[in-house]
Amino acid sequence: MAGGKPAGLATLKSKEMWMGYLFILPIVAGYLIFLFGPIVYAFVMSFTNWSLFGNKAYIGLDNYIYAMRDDPVFWDTVVNTVYFSAGLVPLNIVLSLLLAMLLKRKIWGIGLFRTAIFTPVVVSLVVWGIVWKFIFSTDGGLVNLLIRTFGGTEIPWLFSETWTMPTVIVVSALKGVGMNMVIFLAALHDVPKDYYEASKIDGASRWETFKSITLPMITPAVFMVTIITVIGSLKVFGQIYVMTGGGPGTSTYVMVFYIFKQAFRSYEFGYASALAFILFSIILVLTLIQWKLRKRWVHYEQ
Amino acid sequence: MNNKKITSNLASYLVLTIVSSIVLFPFFWMVSTSLKTESEVFLFPPQWIPAAWEWINYIRVFTEMPFHLYFFNSMYIAVLVTAGTCFLSALAGYAFARLHFPFKNAIFLFLLSGMMIPTEVTAIPLFNWMSNLGFIDTHIPLILPPMLGSGGMFGVFLVRQFLITVPIELDEAAKMDGCSPWRTFRSIMLPIATPALATVSIFTFMNSWNEFFEPLIYLNTKELFTLPIGLSMLTTDAGVDWPLLLAASTIATVPILVVFFLAQNKFIEGIANTGLK
Repeated sequence: MAGGKPAGLATLKSKEMWMGYLFILPIVAGYLIFLFGPIVYAFVMSFTNWSLFGNKAYIGLDNYIYAMRDDPVFWDTVVNTVYFSAGLVPLNIVLSLLLAMLLKRKIWGIGLFRTAIFTPVVVSLVVWGIVWKFIFSTDGGLVNLLIRTFGGTEIPWLFSETWTMPTVIVVSALKGVGMNMVIFLAALHDVPKDYYEASKIDGASRWETFKSITLPMITPAVFMVTIITVIGSLKVFGQIYVMTGGGPGTSTYVMVFYIFKQAFRSYEFGYASALAFILFSIILVLTLIQWKLRKRWVHYEQ
Repeated sequence: MNNKKITSNLASYLVLTIVSSIVLFPFFWMVSTSLKTESEVFLFPPQWIPAAWEWINYIRVFTEMPFHLYFFNSMYIAVLVTAGTCFLSALAGYAFARLHFPFKNAIFLFLLSGMMIPTEVTAIPLFNWMSNLGFIDTHIPLILPPMLGSGGMFGVFLVRQFLITVPIELDEAAKMDGCSPWRTFRSIMLPIATPALATVSIFTFMNSWNEFFEPLIYLNTKELFTLPIGLSMLTTDAGVDWPLLLAASTIATVPILVVFFLAQNKFIEGIANTGLK
């Protein structure tokens, strides 16, 4: 009896252990095959001259050196990607924070507005891009028709090196603003009510209240959302593919579009892997910053 | 004081109305244009609502391309990916939250790191492997990697975080009664995890339905296209047939909009609850 019980427990425990491993097996295998394996393999490929129609040989850092030193297109794509991020991120964050502040108040019809502004989030980027491409058509697009109505000069929105990127930025911001707005809304609801009561008693103006209570309280959310939005913006692809095809000239040729072209249109797998790895390194650094900050903030909250 | 409040409320309504109109307008314009003739599309002044509704555009969508196949492909792929992701992430999420086994937390952290690996980077080796296996121009690369890749990791994470908050007595009682982990999972944990799984399903379905990059690199045969890829192919041809393209876009968008309007709180709360964790 004394010996029987522990033995039974031990079998139970080892059964639980094996069941545990069994339950996580598919997802662990998936991780190794579809994420970890490919990322390691892509790293290896980035040191080769692997292409569809050639032999594969290790060429050391040549791909990276070529990208950094000799490939003018690469730097164009970096500049364009940074331009896109620098335009999209502030626009998106400021707009979504403003909307969240407005929606936080308990006035009639708030739910309707929240739903409306969130709607583009669920729609395919391809459809969104197509419709806006139509709206921004040069000859007879709605925006130009309206400009003509008011007697202005029509603008070739998607065919001008000056206007195309700003147009794509605005269209992308409108697609994603609902997502960040909802996250900010949740963060705003977590701010303790008595803080506002206190500031009201002190006679603080609305701007003062925002600056000294709301903003500090939601700073963690703002940083998190900013980093997530930056990472997303560095991977911009679908709307570029649909709306501009990288043009006019190379004015909207962004990193992922170039990686896509090199890998799946020119089949330069080695070089494309090196480009992809440069992008991944940037994302990795941003993610590590995000994790580090999150840990600190979680600590503060406790 | 009261006047000030009214003015500020009016200002809020004004801003909200303007932004809402801007983001909803494309949907109105898409439907309106999908019912026009090609000659009406670029008329000046713009025709907000077409004079005669050209329903024929919606018939042309199905006669001029295998659109029913695009729709079917998108649908069955999204359903399979969603079902698979839910099942596998529930199973693993339960194990990580409630079962005890060595290296559990280390493995979980390792999996978590997978969420930051971009598809755009893994796509290059995966394309080569899929090509060696003969899976190019099939739906396999659109089903397996999303289900078991970063989408799956996200699901595991959500389910685990959810189940970890459930009182421990529930499965202890089941254990006492001699329930196996599988029975405990199926009859106790799975029903409890339903809210988390609803969030997982919504995100997975939405991502799969809208996925563009993967079908673009893997599919060549028209009959195998999904909706986003089928639509994008219509824009690259010289001279776009806008009523046709926008009619097709409307049909492609309606299902996701219907689901969204029916379950909007789930969508929005899902984002709000997961966005910051």
